[in-house]
Amino acid sequence: MSTLNYADIGDVVPTVTGERTVAGEGASDLRIGKLDRRQFLKLTGLVGGGLMLSFTTPRALANAAALRPNGYIKIDATGIVLYAKNPEIGQGVKTSLPMIVAEELDAAWGDVEVVQSTIDQNLYGVQFAGGSMSIPMNWDALRRSGAAARAMLVEAAAKRWGVEAASLSTQDSYVIHAGSGRKLKYTELAGEAAAVPVPDPQSLTLKKRDQFRLLGQRITGVDNRALVRGDPLFGIDQTLPGMQYAVYQKCPAIGGKVKSANLDEIKGMPGVSDAFVLDGNGNAMELLPGVAIIAANTWSALQAKRALKVEWDESDASKDSWSHAKAEAERLRSESGPPVVNTGDVDAAFASGAKQASGFYTYHFVSHATLEPQNCTAWFKDGALELWAPTQTPGQGIGSAAKVVGISPSKVTLHQLRCGGGFGRRLYNDFTTEAAAIAKRAGVPIKLQWTREDDMAYDLYRAGGFHQMDGSVDENGKITGWRDRFITFTNDGRRPVSGGGLSPGVFPAGLVDSVRVEQTALPWKNRCAAWRAPGSNVFGFVVQGFLDELAHLAGRDPLEVLLEVLGEPRQMGGRRGMHTGRAAGVVKLAAKEAGWGRELPDGHGLGIAFYYSHAGHIAEVAEVSVDDQKQVKVHKVTVAADVGPIVNLSGAENQMQGSVVDGLSTMTGLSVTFEDGRVEQSNFDQYPMLRMPSTPEVAVHFVDSDYPPTGLGEPALPPLAPAVCNAIFAACGHRIRTLPISEEGFSLA
Amino acid sequence: MNLKVNGEVRNLGEIDPLTPLLWALRDELGLVGAKFGCGISQCGACTVLVDGQAVKSCSYPVSAVGEGQVTTIEGLANGDGELNAVQQAWVDLDVAQCGYCQAGQIMAAEALLRTNSNPGDDDIDQAMASNLCRCGTYIRIREAVKMAAAVRHTAEAADAAE
Repeated sequence: MSTLNYADIGDVVPTVTGERTVAGEGASDLRIGKLDRRQFLKLTGLVGGGLMLSFTTPRALANAAALRPNGYIKIDATGIVLYAKNPEIGQGVKTSLPMIVAEELDAAWGDVEVVQSTIDQNLYGVQFAGGSMSIPMNWDALRRSGAAARAMLVEAAAKRWGVEAASLSTQDSYVIHAGSGRKLKYTELAGEAAAVPVPDPQSLTLKKRDQFRLLGQRITGVDNRALVRGDPLFGIDQTLPGMQYAVYQKCPAIGGKVKSANLDEIKGMPGVSDAFVLDGNGNAMELLPGVAIIAANTWSALQAKRALKVEWDESDASKDSWSHAKAEAERLRSESGPPVVNTGDVDAAFASGAKQASGFYTYHFVSHATLEPQNCTAWFKDGALELWAPTQTPGQGIGSAAKVVGISPSKVTLHQLRCGGGFGRRLYNDFTTEAAAIAKRAGVPIKLQWTREDDMAYDLYRAGGFHQMDGSVDENGKITGWRDRFITFTNDGRRPVSGGGLSPGVFPAGLVDSVRVEQTALPWKNRCAAWRAPGSNVFGFVVQGFLDELAHLAGRDPLEVLLEVLGEPRQMGGRRGMHTGRAAGVVKLAAKEAGWGRELPDGHGLGIAFYYSHAGHIAEVAEVSVDDQKQVKVHKVTVAADVGPIVNLSGAENQMQGSVVDGLSTMTGLSVTFEDGRVEQSNFDQYPMLRMPSTPEVAVHFVDSDYPPTGLGEPALPPLAPAVCNAIFAACGHRIRTLPISEEGFSLA
Repeated sequence: MNLKVNGEVRNLGEIDPLTPLLWALRDELGLVGAKFGCGISQCGACTVLVDGQAVKSCSYPVSAVGEGQVTTIEGLANGDGELNAVQQAWVDLDVAQCGYCQAGQIMAAEALLRTNSNPGDDDIDQAMASNLCRCGTYIRIREAVKMAAAVRHTAEAADAAE
């Protein structure tokens, strides 16, 4: 049994510490200190945070000549500020969430300044970037927050003009009295509106969808101007007065402890001010043992890290081996495992089926590879801790840092910085926890910088997996039986790793009469966790690939079989479950837009796949050609999505295009392999992500629908790999059952 | 050691001459637009111009710059803060997702357009192939390069007509 504790693995949606992070008596000194320091800091992110701090003080709220009906809006004579509550990781929420507020507020988007909010559970509830949840979790509250402010501004204007509120309208940051032709800008009314009682949010009338002026438009990201100027938006860009630069070396095989290290030699190197051992706190998700080096600049720290010699105690360290796991899976594929789904009678279906097919599907571990390597700036001073962190789960970051430093979470302030990519990696706060522990010992502000090699060696990987698939069709070509014998991994010996567990709702449960899904987990020490569209990103490949196999086994059109399996329009599972009618809708739309069934050039093939994940119904059709060197050219990918109303059309389309590119990149040549507990890849030269010349044309189509909107960071990724693999089969007759496809000798043209 | 950056001469003190240009810019001069991605010239996030040529500053010793002129993303806008055509195209087309690679992408595009004012798809693909975008914004990057080229052509034609 592993001695590492993986307690936090699997909780993709974070738990909240339950304590305020900024406001309250205990934090007041810290707040003053920060405001004083602010003018010295080259931190644009912090400036916004500073503004919000005074905002959370009740006395400031009462005295201010500003309208602050809730945590999302501040209107005063100088302008309209909207606060974005969740981390921006490239999914676009720093723009899309405030757009929702602005719509109901009836603010002109050009009048709005967007500021990243503080981390404050009382004001904002849980703040995180994960599960494509920002839009669905905040849609209603943000609309009502904007509508509340609008109602207060209208009430203030009504009072000033002595007219009925009902006779007033709003548009583009003005309250308008059509009867007299008078109008007043919100900024002129803010002081009076602040005195109006905040209305009960549930009493407010929200706009109908056809009244939207802003939502559904193409809006460029609120940070774009700062981004193209090279402004210091990211975690890695932060600097503090007197700051030192830290690096941290952990055991190449996870779980190893420091026996000894050449600390004296390292401390004597140019620019190095300190080097010390940290024991770790026993939780592999928080603080692993290692050696910290503190230096005057990044280059000195990196040089010292290179010269560091550590003798590791590997008695408890990982011995993980991909080749061993694969051999185990090869053995287990013929043995029955514990069922997750068992409907009908698969054995009887197989016995009576006219035809049977089987295939052994494999996919490798992969890394998140956020382009910004993990980093965190930390300052421990006078019993309090400040963190400048590019994290997806700031609340958990505060909790873990408080624990490792030994203070109350109320003594921790976390400044949320823009993240240079997320993909699930920054749901886990090992890097912020390391920074906190190092800062406590260092006594000066430090910026902890992981190298790319650190990032690849100490990721929380998307687990690999193996599926022995068996299925049958009857004499009419209808699918009668489906068995998915899944061999996955477990970190804690109890449950599969996050993203490595099949749920009872997995495709095609409830859609095919006899379905049996079995799940067996192999022990694994290297940390595995959520990776963009966890689970779905690999299960989509397996189930939509095998469905295509059964369609061809039956001699039928894969599109026809997919629609037949989806069947009559109905809601599956709970409110956030799949709706087969919406599923069929996007499948038909993608097929139509891609010209399914048309005459194709020689060597070309079309493949279709559908997957439901993160409340998004998405179908994709890929057109590929394959040459005799197994070079695959992806000519075009057509995406059809039903995710409810679109908030920001530009951002939504960007997410779809990016998901296609990410999906193609990952399925083509990316894998992380392990031997003797060590990761065998160390940098991008061994982890060849897709580049511009291989990027296909991507056509995106959104279904106009009135369902509640949902997020788009993830659900467009899962259908990509099966659509391309099914197209490869259509083009050349080779069935891909291993990802990346480079394992089967294929490459991208 | 002195370094010519964005039209100014900056003093680096007694810096280790082998320090990569990237860390000299970021740690010593506070120019953090160029980003650290891999440290081995694979991703292009650190791309800056030396005498107009795109270089990977993570693997370019600061001492190798010599008398060369370094241009970073911070040096593209004019003195009034007006964005140049490449930057503006990036904003207009909402290219970025996370945005971390985009300073490097913009500098690579700037270098391309300085030598080829009207690049075709293949020219763009080749010139931009050394810059990774983990979010996969290549489609918009390609369009933005074309837009910037077109804007510059229009501006040049207007200048010539005067």
